[in-house]
Amino acid sequence: MTLEPLKAELEANIPGCQLEIVNNPSPSGQHSLLIDPGHALAIALYLRDAAHLRFDYLSNVTGVDWPSRELSEKIKVKKIVDGPDGPVEKEVDEVVKTQTHAHLEVVYHLYSMALKHGPVILRMRTEDRADRVHLPSFTPIWRSADFQEREIFDLYGILFDGHPDLRRILMWDEFEDFPMRRDYVEPDDYEYEPTAHDDVLKKTIAHYTGETPGGAA
Amino acid sequence: MDEALKVELGRQGVFATSLQELYNWGRRSSLWPLNFGLACCAIEMIATTMARYDLARFGAEVFRPSPRQADLMIVAGTITKKMAPQVVRLYNQMPEPKYVISMGACAISGGPFKQGYNVLKGIDRYIPVDIYIPGCPPRPEALIEGFMALQRKIDAQQLTGENRPRHLNAAEPSEFIVPKFGAHDLEPTQNPAIWHAPQLVNITLAPDETK
Amino acid sequence: MSTLTLDPIAAKASLLKKDGGQLLEVSMGPQHPSTHGVFRMDVVLDGENVVKLKPIFGYLHRNHEKIAEDETYLGSMPYTDRLDYFCSITNNWAYALAVESLAGIEVPERAQYIRVITAELTRLQNHASLVGFLMQDMGASGTPLMYAFREREKILDLFESLTGARMMCNYMRFGGCRVDLPTGWLDQAKKVVAAFPKFLDEFENLLVSNEILMARTQGVGIIPAELIVNAGITGPLLRASGVNYDLRKVDKYGIYDRFTFRVPLGDHGDVYDRYMIRILEMRESVKILEQAMRDIPEGPFTDPKTKVRNFRPKPGEAYGRIEAPKGELGFYLISDGSPNPYRYRVRPPSLINLTVLEEMCLNRNIADVVIILGSVDIVMGEVDR
Repeated sequence: MTLEPLKAELEANIPGCQLEIVNNPSPSGQHSLLIDPGHALAIALYLRDAAHLRFDYLSNVTGVDWPSRELSEKIKVKKIVDGPDGPVEKEVDEVVKTQTHAHLEVVYHLYSMALKHGPVILRMRTEDRADRVHLPSFTPIWRSADFQEREIFDLYGILFDGHPDLRRILMWDEFEDFPMRRDYVEPDDYEYEPTAHDDVLKKTIAHYTGETPGGAA
Repeated sequence: MDEALKVELGRQGVFATSLQELYNWGRRSSLWPLNFGLACCAIEMIATTMARYDLARFGAEVFRPSPRQADLMIVAGTITKKMAPQVVRLYNQMPEPKYVISMGACAISGGPFKQGYNVLKGIDRYIPVDIYIPGCPPRPEALIEGFMALQRKIDAQQLTGENRPRHLNAAEPSEFIVPKFGAHDLEPTQNPAIWHAPQLVNITLAPDETK
Repeated sequence: MSTLTLDPIAAKASLLKKDGGQLLEVSMGPQHPSTHGVFRMDVVLDGENVVKLKPIFGYLHRNHEKIAEDETYLGSMPYTDRLDYFCSITNNWAYALAVESLAGIEVPERAQYIRVITAELTRLQNHASLVGFLMQDMGASGTPLMYAFREREKILDLFESLTGARMMCNYMRFGGCRVDLPTGWLDQAKKVVAAFPKFLDEFENLLVSNEILMARTQGVGIIPAELIVNAGITGPLLRASGVNYDLRKVDKYGIYDRFTFRVPLGDHGDVYDRYMIRILEMRESVKILEQAMRDIPEGPFTDPKTKVRNFRPKPGEAYGRIEAPKGELGFYLISDGSPNPYRYRVRPPSLINLTVLEEMCLNRNIADVVIILGSVDIVMGEVDR
């Protein structure tokens, strides 16, 4: 399903909604639609109820963690450099480093059982990874989001507003961390084992010698 | 009694035994396992009880749903940290004499899931294990072999003296610490009375060839 | 057992009834002979009737998704075996399908046929075991399960001679399969498949019109078609409620469009329909197997161009899904160009099929909860991952 007409249709029917098509460069060609949390419920209802769309089946809900990463990009800059015959203008490679914006993301895969088409992939992003991690829950619209959103709350710490029963689902209630986040540090509990993974070996050395991981190599 | 004499008597149709042999024979021939499967290995455990492998030949087909009626706990599968307190509690609820078979890589050490944040690295951190059966999952034949190894172990037990088994020694504990759920991990992370981390032998990183 | 956490706020007060009677709160599981693994339900009972039921998960949460982020793409293949440990080959296929879509890999003809044959054999042994377990839950202790496992062992022998393992086959590779069919394997498989309908006839003779079976299952655990779609339930449960949605027909992944087979649909959406759907699906699988084993061509069993070592898909993402025996099994992968997936998500049919477990069980007896759960067909390795 091509997203451009769908985007135009949604913008026409839901005033004020901000949509953006996220391109997927891989051969799968499954592009997705980034929606703003403020209008998410209206968009979801429209997708579910419009007679020619009828996305009655929310298949998959995925949480993704995007911590801030450093991107380095090489660009060519013209600069005045000292040459043997005095200053000359020359093209020089320069590395520009940018920090990506840290956020958590939820991806929804929608299909239609009635009309047997799909998928339409929706994405929503939180403002950051620390305390502004609220997103609207889709559970009132599609019941299948129930356990999956609870799982994302459990493992990533995204708070779904409007979820009827937002508790930890996989870990125990006393647990405090969000283990699927990429900066999660597991409890130090390593015993010696011959392993093919350097990471495990580093953790083992750190466990026995007290050195911090990373410095041991 | 002299072993040769006993064999000779057996040939003559006279059956002689000792109280210890009789006692051990009775216990090893009717080990009732707890009806308790954790993960993939449990399916192979079920397959072992079915017609093709027929665990009933060893007197162990009576899977009991209650720990109060069971002699043997087959820890068949990955023990997660969320499940570990329940496993220890079930073990504590079993009456003595009781035995534990640690079936499969996960129950031994965490197996392929060892790196997981919610996976216990072996049930022997909390309860004493009698027999380890490696495999992922072990074949039914391997479970039967492990089971027979346990029977041989029971057969060899002395009822008196220094090396008598735990259930005949009032000084030995029959219940073990049940871990509690903590904010980051189980508390305690192991039972120090029965488990110690292996000694560090010699670990070096191979030179990084990609650099 | 530990303290019950059904409803942390005012849990105890709600157990008092207006007429002075009391409700009873029971924790079923995680060690319970009928819960199909380490699954726990907190059930509130009024007499024998269920007035509230909350499933509690996580007792087999072994961090599959986190571990996969540290593994190479191929390194995760053996882990997929251990998701739904009854059906390792269909799990392999779903994962291979997602990676193939992510990296744009073509699968040769013969490999497609081998995939269909092994996947349908997997479906046969899964459904056979499931009906055996369902009968066990109903109190038919021993015999049906033993019959089912007798058939399952024959199929496991085929898997073992093909892949080296009974349960954890680790058989699919990106772009094909790990090894070709050994000599004589197809003849052996044809024999097993030809004998399978006899088992089904035997099973049906024994059970389909059995009075106890009908009394226990008909009208029990009904889910209406509208709710079942909204709750995302897939697989035999969905089709037992009369919704015609089978990914083998809808997506036509692999080469399923080449075979003639029909999708059995139920009428009532109760436990009996779910049982019958599985029996009928096994008969359809036998038809697919017969056609596939007749038509399988010679040729390569894997795509020789696909890299095994240093396999790095380009940045991007893909969602691949198949009709696993338990429902829609999907894998969602995000690649950042490195050898490991950046995000690896399993869409577990077993977990999502439990979404409306409470609605199915309300106002039923506690004994019905057991067979309703049995008819859902869950495997904890996949529910908790």
